[in-house]
Amino acid sequence: MWPDSDVEELVTGEYIPVRVHVRDQADEFQRLGEEYGAHWTPSVLMLDPSGEERHRMEGFVPVKEFIPNLELGLARVDFSGGRYDEAESRFRHIVDNHPDTNVAPDALYWAGVSRYKATDDPAALQETAAALNEKYPDSQAATKGSVWQG
Amino acid sequence: MPIRWNHDLDAQLSRAREAEKPILLDFSAAPM
Repeated sequence: MWPDSDVEELVTGEYIPVRVHVRDQADEFQRLGEEYGAHWTPSVLMLDPSGEERHRMEGFVPVKEFIPNLELGLARVDFSGGRYDEAESRFRHIVDNHPDTNVAPDALYWAGVSRYKATDDPAALQETAAALNEKYPDSQAATKGSVWQG
Repeated sequence: MPIRWNHDLDAQLSRAREAEKPILLDFSAAPM
């Protein structure tokens, strides 16, 4: 996935990229692997600016899924920082642009949560539950959101 | 643009805090 130009553009523009190599940096790999619970390659972690993990991918992930996972990491960084409007926008971007990927149901779920956190309006959760039921009825996100249905 | 990987997380964490930018941490076995 790394030679892909869209991945390179997204990573270069939005993240500070750090690579720890299992053999060439064996001691560092051991230390950071313990710290972050990453004991297998490839493992790609998305950290907020304070170093807290907000999302990860483990094992091979194809480009079609890799890009929305990178975007999900950015959305979760915004969410954890209390920037709920920005987080919602990023989550909805994933749903709109990558609707058939594995992360889309979660993105829709968290878009609704972000909206609710920003507005305190329960309708945001009810609308999200309905949307999950319509678009991704068999997803775990739809199950989680089912408690919001009026 | 090819990704210019850094290899010192501690140094980049300082940079991340200053720039308020997230970090992509890749545990890799790919050729360096």
